[in-house]
Amino acid sequence: MPNDAIFVIEISKKDGFPDPFANGLIDDIRDLGIGTKLNARINTVFWLKGAISEGEVDNAAKELLCDPVVERYSIGFSNSNSGYHSFLIGFLPGVSDPAGATALRGISELGIDGIRQVKTGKRFLIAGDLTNNELELIRDKLLMNKVIQRTMADTDDPFPKGTPIKPISETVPIRKLDGDALDKLSKDRVLALNRTEMTIIQDYYIKLDRDPSDVELETLAQTWSEHCIHKTLTSDYVINDKKKITNLLKSTVFAATSEINHPMCVSVFKDNAGIIRFDDEHNICFKVETHNHPSAIEPYGGAGTGIGGVIRDILGCGLGAKPIANTDIFCFADPETSRDELPKGTLHPKRIMKGVVAGVRDYGNRMGIPTINGSVNFHPNYVGNPLVYCGTVGIMPKWASFGDAETGDKILVIGGATGRDGIHGATFSSLELDEGSEIHSSGAVQIGNPITEKKFTDVMLKCRDKKLFRAVTDCGAGGLSSAVGEMGERTGAKVELNLVPLKYEGLQPWEIWVSEAQERMVFAVPPENVDEMIQICDEEDVQSTIIGEYTDTNRLELTYDGNIVCDIEMDFMHNGCPQSTKQVVVKHEPRPLDGVIPQDGFEDILNKILSHPDVASKEWVVRQYDHEVQGQSAVKPFVGACNDGPSDGSVIRPLRDSKKGIAITHGINTRLGEIDSYQMAAHSIDEAVRNAVAIGADPKQMAILDNFAWGSVSKPESLGALYETCRACYDVAVKYKTPFISGKDSLNNEYSYGGEMIQIPHTLLISSIAIVEDVDKTVTMDFKRAGNPLYILGITKPGVAGSYLSIIAGLHGGSIPNVEPDTHIRDYMVLHDAITKEFVVSCHDVSDGGIAAALSEMAFAGGLGVSVDLAKFPTRGNPSTAEILFGESPGRLIVEILPEKETVFMRVMQSCSITMIGIIQDDGRLRIRGLDGETCIDADIYKLKKQWQKTFDW
Amino acid sequence: MAKFPKALIMRGPGTNCDQEAKWALELAGAQVDDCHINRLMKNPRILRDYQLLALPGGFTYGDDISAGAVLALEIRKFFGDELTAFINTGNLVVGICNGFQVLIKSGFLPGNGLENKTTLFFNDSARFECRWIYLKKNVKNKSPFLTLLPDIIPCPVAHAEGKFIVDDENTLQKIQSNNQVAFEYVDKSGNHGDYPINPNGSVAHIAGITDITGRVLGMMPHPERNIFANQLPDIRRDNHKGSAVGLKLFKGAIEYITSNL
Repeated sequence: MPNDAIFVIEISKKDGFPDPFANGLIDDIRDLGIGTKLNARINTVFWLKGAISEGEVDNAAKELLCDPVVERYSIGFSNSNSGYHSFLIGFLPGVSDPAGATALRGISELGIDGIRQVKTGKRFLIAGDLTNNELELIRDKLLMNKVIQRTMADTDDPFPKGTPIKPISETVPIRKLDGDALDKLSKDRVLALNRTEMTIIQDYYIKLDRDPSDVELETLAQTWSEHCIHKTLTSDYVINDKKKITNLLKSTVFAATSEINHPMCVSVFKDNAGIIRFDDEHNICFKVETHNHPSAIEPYGGAGTGIGGVIRDILGCGLGAKPIANTDIFCFADPETSRDELPKGTLHPKRIMKGVVAGVRDYGNRMGIPTINGSVNFHPNYVGNPLVYCGTVGIMPKWASFGDAETGDKILVIGGATGRDGIHGATFSSLELDEGSEIHSSGAVQIGNPITEKKFTDVMLKCRDKKLFRAVTDCGAGGLSSAVGEMGERTGAKVELNLVPLKYEGLQPWEIWVSEAQERMVFAVPPENVDEMIQICDEEDVQSTIIGEYTDTNRLELTYDGNIVCDIEMDFMHNGCPQSTKQVVVKHEPRPLDGVIPQDGFEDILNKILSHPDVASKEWVVRQYDHEVQGQSAVKPFVGACNDGPSDGSVIRPLRDSKKGIAITHGINTRLGEIDSYQMAAHSIDEAVRNAVAIGADPKQMAILDNFAWGSVSKPESLGALYETCRACYDVAVKYKTPFISGKDSLNNEYSYGGEMIQIPHTLLISSIAIVEDVDKTVTMDFKRAGNPLYILGITKPGVAGSYLSIIAGLHGGSIPNVEPDTHIRDYMVLHDAITKEFVVSCHDVSDGGIAAALSEMAFAGGLGVSVDLAKFPTRGNPSTAEILFGESPGRLIVEILPEKETVFMRVMQSCSITMIGIIQDDGRLRIRGLDGETCIDADIYKLKKQWQKTFDW
Repeated sequence: MAKFPKALIMRGPGTNCDQEAKWALELAGAQVDDCHINRLMKNPRILRDYQLLALPGGFTYGDDISAGAVLALEIRKFFGDELTAFINTGNLVVGICNGFQVLIKSGFLPGNGLENKTTLFFNDSARFECRWIYLKKNVKNKSPFLTLLPDIIPCPVAHAEGKFIVDDENTLQKIQSNNQVAFEYVDKSGNHGDYPINPNGSVAHIAGITDITGRVLGMMPHPERNIFANQLPDIRRDNHKGSAVGLKLFKGAIEYITSNL
């Protein structure tokens, strides 16, 4: 038998079994607006290589690869593909093929010892009236992503051999370069360092009397990247040439946390995630990340590795926490955007959305972590820069909340091997995208394998409980460079790069060091525990390798094959990056209302609001995530009589024997960002807190996270908006006594093409994590019983800027109803008291679409009608009927009370603005009487529900 | 008589419903251990200390070839004789979600000559879906897992490959006439219906089956995620009167072990 025989197995569906994926493909082709008489089939292709016989290949197909009930196979390519246009799609060389690796294991276990390699591919067979151009469109838009895949001919070598370059570390002459040459070097090597920073590096090496190695330069670029140290937010700010702020982040967001000094906080802004107290034995941690730039180019891989990365932040927090919940918040352009309007080089928003959802779904579900909270928001300017926020919550024993490497500890890396994937992710994510990004940045896209991550999650938590390691961190942006660099900051570290397990040969030493290959964790293991830890990893097939040790030199020393390739001081690495000063401009220009607030047609406006993509039901997204796995779910993302009403947040109970729970909610407002970034931040914090209160969380035991996604930060106005946002974060958090415990920023989210620049609206995501003392005392938003009285908490004010009413009615400008933190938080505290006393049976926050949308949602979720009188609403400033119906004044909640509890409820609530506004009815109608006493809305709740559900009925 | 019933949870790479399976079995009264498939392949006799084997949900080996295919192969190749003996001596096996897929693909279900005649295929919707559904138990199936359950059981499903299908009518008829059907998808009042009542398009609304003895149960829905009343989606619409009936499936099994093994 030859050593390298190659066989191909093609597997197709038997006739008579409908293939849902082929049907989905036909729908997608129709979505492109092309083709008639369409038909499609999708086959799976396996290439097997090794000292194997045809009999063995047949056995592999029969015993493992083909399902005999629904599939048939052929050895060799199938000959029943005639009459179809065929596209054979495989992975690009070097891209990992997890299914191939799994098949290799299975085939070996069948006793086929000669098998050496397996690759997988797909054959798409499409029939119908289609031109060649249309077929190419289908291939490029639906069948493949050229960043990771290739179209193959049947005769193409499935196992192409590259010619590996000999790994060698180069010296980069830097000492004699002038300013322009420094800029060019930074650009050519994608270092993303500015001239000041390059000059500081140059000075450092002039002092050392030598030039840096490529490894050193890459290490510094990664350590000093915006992504890793948040240079922009930690700069000093001079506002309008007058007021100076030292370190913006420290003097606002961090300052709020330190002033609040909440006893619940265990570790904030230090570790990979913020840690707060849960009960006497456990702490919980929360981190939210963005993965925007990779998701713009390869939505599935980008989003999947986004969630994979934030999960590792939780695994790498303290001595490792167990991930117990995920969140995801997305911002896209309208999925109905016409293809002709798309800027060159961008993917269609619907494709991005579908890819992102699938990426989060496949990673989160495979990891067995429930995805319990999120939202999808739309704005045309996200077209080139979609935002993908992924969050993870973890729980850990109290003793496991801190870790620190000590001199002499071994550096152990576990998980996946290192490849060229994700080179320059840290620096790439700090740059703006342009129409060429898809081509020249593809190395920055990583491909995830959640099962690898799940495997090491299982073993590392076992090792944690046996106390086998002293510190852990994840390989995220910046790869080993960032992980080892951070862990060894206090001690020093020495690594032999040739020991790092590689996916394939030919990686340069600097590539090994900064590669962002997924699914790797780095540990500091005392020498006496190394053998046991490696054995535990071996037992569950988790690769683990010692690559070096923590020293006492305070230097980062790297060798490749014993030759020194990097030797720099930890102090210069971590503290050498210069503090900069930003000149920023803050403008407050009142914009008068342009347009007329409608005085009738309210039902039509309500229907349009409910079907607006921001407001419409996201059940299509949410059902694809497992929100029940781990068996903790107490308040679910969808609630009500048919489990299809939009919950304000979710609650989980993480422990078997305790009814204590965790509430997770968020607030985001993409419309106010363009108008007033101070109010945008204030509204987002208020909404996150209010959502949590609505489901029964304790506002006194609540922490929040900030995630900034900004456009260009080279413009003084844009930085001014950043300053305003930070100022609001401080003001509101201090009043609410909700400490920030973790945060992240993603800057330069802009897209340039043909001389034009599209900048995203300034976007701040506030995520909240709060304690629920008893999950039995949580509340959902669906109406519960006809006859129950309905109350509103909070004051309704005029002003429609940034509201959905403005969008629907085409209004511009006007005022924003401001957040009044003192009043709102007082109201929330009292309402929480009423909820724990079990007076409240349903509760919903009033936000997008105002009172009318909130009432509609409560009604159709509960399958009950309601009659409400707008004249009863407590108001200030004379809002019109439209403004009461659709205005988005913050601080308001609608509350359903048990009639027998009304008196006691009112006694508890007497310090608040609380007013009865109507009664729940069993007639299935939403009836609202306007200020003039006339009925202004009288609608069937099931028709409203249909409006709300139709937008994403995909 | 087994005074202290012992249950073993089999884990593989990608198993992820082991926590809720452990909670359910513990609350039902079992002493629960877990064991990785690698250890069981090396030493299948580990199983002899236990009276119940649970194969929980997840994505073993990423479901890379098809759901549960590689773990099913490993069980057949390295563990099959021991598992057959385990079942034949009267012990119990339950496979949920991915565990059901494994039991089907390794031939332990439906058994009795119907190996490779049934499978779990992609949902009609072509996507993973998580939602609460209702199950009706087959009162004619005398499986110990079913004894304590009420007729209608609310449960979540969470899968992409859960559509139960058969190679032909004959196979279906045998499964039905042997009373091997354990659960069918129904609405709240016990009636069959289309999507989403039958969430994946399963033939004859079948959600779970047993072997001919009733001692091996496989099902797509997750009764182990219905073990606390506060997990029920309609608990607040029900004046907090609902009870967590999923737990009764495990209690029935443990009761059987306590009195028979």
